[in-house]
Amino acid sequence: MQLFIKKHINLSFKKSAEITDFYRSLKIDYPKFFKMDNLSKLGFLASELIFKDEESRFVPREDLAIICFNRSSSLEADTLYQTTIQDNENYFPSPSVFVYTLPNIVAGEISIRNKLFGETSFYICKEFDEEQTFRTVNNAFQDQTTRSVLAAWVESFEEKQEVFMMLIETETSDIIFSIEKIKELFNN
Amino acid sequence: MIVRIGDNIISSLGFTTEENYQAVKSGRSGLKFYDAGTLGLPEAFTASLIDKQRLNENLTGLETDLEKASILSVISANNEAKIDLSSEKVLFIFSSTKGNVDLLESPSVGDSRGLFLWQSAQLIAGYFNNPNTPIVVSNACISGAAAQIAAMRELASGLYDYAVVIGADMLSKFIISGFQSFKALSPEPCRPFDADRTGLNLGEAAATIIYANKGFNPLAIQLLQGAIRNDATHISAPSRAGEGSYLALKNILQNIDKEQIAFVNAHGTATLYNDEMESIAIARAGLDTVPVNSLKAYFGHTLGAAGVLESIISMHALKDETIFPTLNFHSQDFENQLNIPIKIQKTNKKYLIKMLSGFGGVNAALIFEKS
Repeated sequence: MQLFIKKHINLSFKKSAEITDFYRSLKIDYPKFFKMDNLSKLGFLASELIFKDEESRFVPREDLAIICFNRSSSLEADTLYQTTIQDNENYFPSPSVFVYTLPNIVAGEISIRNKLFGETSFYICKEFDEEQTFRTVNNAFQDQTTRSVLAAWVESFEEKQEVFMMLIETETSDIIFSIEKIKELFNN
Repeated sequence: MIVRIGDNIISSLGFTTEENYQAVKSGRSGLKFYDAGTLGLPEAFTASLIDKQRLNENLTGLETDLEKASILSVISANNEAKIDLSSEKVLFIFSSTKGNVDLLESPSVGDSRGLFLWQSAQLIAGYFNNPNTPIVVSNACISGAAAQIAAMRELASGLYDYAVVIGADMLSKFIISGFQSFKALSPEPCRPFDADRTGLNLGEAAATIIYANKGFNPLAIQLLQGAIRNDATHISAPSRAGEGSYLALKNILQNIDKEQIAFVNAHGTATLYNDEMESIAIARAGLDTVPVNSLKAYFGHTLGAAGVLESIISMHALKDETIFPTLNFHSQDFENQLNIPIKIQKTNKKYLIKMLSGFGGVNAALIFEKS
């Protein structure tokens, strides 16, 4: 099946504060943003840029799958949660921190925002892998309902806060979805 | 469609599928009460824990219990499948919710910590000298089903002949305290679907299914179809309408004769909202007369292993023409009444459905067929 990249975006930040600054610059009113961990914030912001001019956005749909990848899973949120339970003398496990100790929450946040009832999946790889991305996205279309895939590399750990997102569709557009193209766009 | 050619379960109820299956058949639970102080937790809990001494007697010299249990599970599954695990035609797919997260408790730095899920997957596949980069699925509590769907897709694409699907999670202070903070844990053995259910219990397990895209099918059971759908309503609470779960079921039920469904093995965690949500989704999918069960009161909720472990028990039950009752279930209070057997039943029908749901609004459904 020939697939096309309809839209793509690359974002990277050096500090958490920069992520919030970027959110403010977009003039979006979505208070839930401030509850999110960095991983979810990154995915959310990229998806806002991808979807902002989409026709009939927010109309519930089941035919768009969200397929995410990263290296560190939710290790940033895990490390934060660990500090709340490390010491039994100062023990305050928090459900609002714990819920982000799963990488796939970012896909849930994007689904809630955009009313997307399709597949959401999360894969972990040692590093960005254009071949696995290509194969996994292609495979996602084996689900007979799926017509579009929002694919993302979204990573937030230690010094690295980055997201690379593509909207991939069966409908013809200018950029053909290929391993070489994924690599080129990721490195842009 | 892919064919099961070998499997294994390592849990509190045994180290082989047979041990685990017979334990369930005799109505035995692996859940135990653990005093405060166990695993460093300030509060007591009820859970199903693997016998670590037995684990370490069987395999020495590797990094973590999670990896040891996974490797032992693959060895045991391949005693049945007998494939060359070092072949480039074999793909390893590893499913875990939290991997080695317990290592965060002991501070040290660098990649050598083994905290990354891909490290565990590489170590496991590397133990068998497999040349391919393993796939790692981490999709909250539906990971074990997502991994089987990934296996279907990878085998359908023709690159591989076999997929080794491993689901594994071990318990730690990290995981248990988190579920305690959600007030999701029951202090006593859980009661899935029961009107008086009080929450879930957690469990440890490593489970493996080896799938082939064709060939010998010793159990005569295949995975026909699988789907994942999102609720798009809340990151930690199930949908009140069961939307994602219903859509996943609807998707796998296309062209299926519902009269031929032997049973539905639900997620059935025994939390108030999960079980109610599933009752709605099952009824919406037109399955309210089909027998429904949950295995959580036998094994606890084994997180990333649950989808693999519960599929294995259910496949063997289908082969054995048996529908297991839901341990500790007495009566339901759902608006949509389900068919929840309280005694072991016989069946000669040919399909089984596996359901799972998790944080992030994710839901999965799988359908298996006996030929």
